[in-house]
Amino acid sequence: MNISQALEIVSSSHPGMVRSHNEDSVVYDASCGLVVLADGMGGYNAGEVASGITASVMFTEITDVLRHKSAAEKNENSGEDLGVVLLRDNVQKANDSIFYAAQSQPQYAGMGTTVVAGLFYDNHLAVAHVGDSRMYRLRGEVFEPITRDHSLLQEQIDGGVISEKDARFSRNKNLVTRAVGIDLVVKIEVHVHHVQVGDLYLLCSDGLNDMVEDEDIGSTLTMLKSNLPLAASQLIQMANDNGGRDNVSLILVKVNGEFAASNGWLARVKALFGSWIC
Amino acid sequence: MAAKLILSMSGVVLQEYPLNKERMTIGRKDHNDIVIDNLAVSGEHAAVVTVHNDSFMEDLESTNGVAVNGSAIKKHFLHNNDLIEIGKYKLKYINDQAGASTAEDFEKTMVLSAPIHTSANHLAKNATGEATGRFKSVAAAQSSRIEKTITPQQIKPTVPAQSVKAPTPPQMPPPAPPQPTPPVSHQTGGVIQVLTGPNAGKELELVKNLTTLGKPGLQVAVLTKRPLGYFITYVEGATYPTVNGRLLDDQPHLLVENDIIELAGIKMEFYLK
Repeated sequence: MNISQALEIVSSSHPGMVRSHNEDSVVYDASCGLVVLADGMGGYNAGEVASGITASVMFTEITDVLRHKSAAEKNENSGEDLGVVLLRDNVQKANDSIFYAAQSQPQYAGMGTTVVAGLFYDNHLAVAHVGDSRMYRLRGEVFEPITRDHSLLQEQIDGGVISEKDARFSRNKNLVTRAVGIDLVVKIEVHVHHVQVGDLYLLCSDGLNDMVEDEDIGSTLTMLKSNLPLAASQLIQMANDNGGRDNVSLILVKVNGEFAASNGWLARVKALFGSWIC
Repeated sequence: MAAKLILSMSGVVLQEYPLNKERMTIGRKDHNDIVIDNLAVSGEHAAVVTVHNDSFMEDLESTNGVAVNGSAIKKHFLHNNDLIEIGKYKLKYINDQAGASTAEDFEKTMVLSAPIHTSANHLAKNATGEATGRFKSVAAAQSSRIEKTITPQQIKPTVPAQSVKAPTPPQMPPPAPPQPTPPVSHQTGGVIQVLTGPNAGKELELVKNLTTLGKPGLQVAVLTKRPLGYFITYVEGATYPTVNGRLLDDQPHLLVENDIIELAGIKMEFYLK
């Protein structure tokens, strides 16, 4: 099964009930198995600019490379999958673009963005993230986050300063410890996960998980997974019914089949004529 | 506005202390930030640690202990209006930014990076060195608007029942699809009664936010409980369910009392109780 048949992808974004701007950006490419969600921050429209740069850099650069290469190829130097290298390099590239734009144009000073990006290849999923945008996975009955926020609150939870129960009431939810575009170098966290047929992945901005409890998100996805567009609109509606204090964005990816990388001569032929295929 | 502690005894307010330091100590001896000169109070009795907008109460192994809202604590995450007892003295914790403890995240996301902020030392103990504070963007100005959008359901879980001061009627968010029917109060409970088939006569109370009906793979609809009322939406199946004989489309449909739903060959009635 090729990847665009194996994956069903739906995305949605809403400004919420309070804000006039939508500073989130979402983009995906089903034929390459790429999903990117970014939540921008900064005055005026700088937040939109920062998240927009990240989404477009990641999309353009990664789909361009994958037109003639497979994300499952090993990098000669590091031995890592090309998919992992692509995610990391392009978050850094987005970081550079945002940082220099902010340096050269005063209205963009200090802008930045979170990002969570996934690349599906060879029955695997590489996930890169910076900041507090999340990726969750529903596998069977289990719904859980597979990213860990780069936020003050998460660090306090990890350090035992505050319990997860108390953290729900914290007033420090809006402090991230890492962001794309605020410094020359960005620390990017990348992990590779095995994918199983039937898995459902959710990428979301904090406008969803701050307004709707994980448990409610999980049960909504369990009930509505047969209709992804409805699941997406239902989640956004729940965030807005609860106050919708921030922009709400999400991407849902359902794995309907296996997508192993093809090896041998077929792969080489595909690589030769790849630009027509991907 | 910084959070504060209000010291009182026998209902008489003695002093207010803004929590403007990362760590404030409470005790009998003079060097404490909050001095309570009473023999029941230990030399260094307790401390309040404040990290940005959150505060924690800690008992410093005092002889007579610290109670918060009536229970003894060693360490406690403070909520707005918590009552701390030290001997006969009471300290009330007030942190009413944006009015309610659910409104905190209204402020826009900010980045903690680069050097120097008051709470840097505290963070360094339990986090990586990068987490010191420089705010990239601050947007607290609109915080007064937020209260309007909090619905009563949100307030209930965070405030003890007896202290809910019936908030002014919440301003409902506008409905996604315009519906001519008047909104149903969400205080009333919706019920589905099965009219035909093997389960005829059975009732299903719609207590959860989402309830799915039907047979997976054949025909499924979801009933959603929203501030505006109950909606039915098609989920899957070759044909759409009907309400009062009319086929649904992909949009949510607001249910009104005595609507007859037909789904997977079964008829059921919606009503409110």
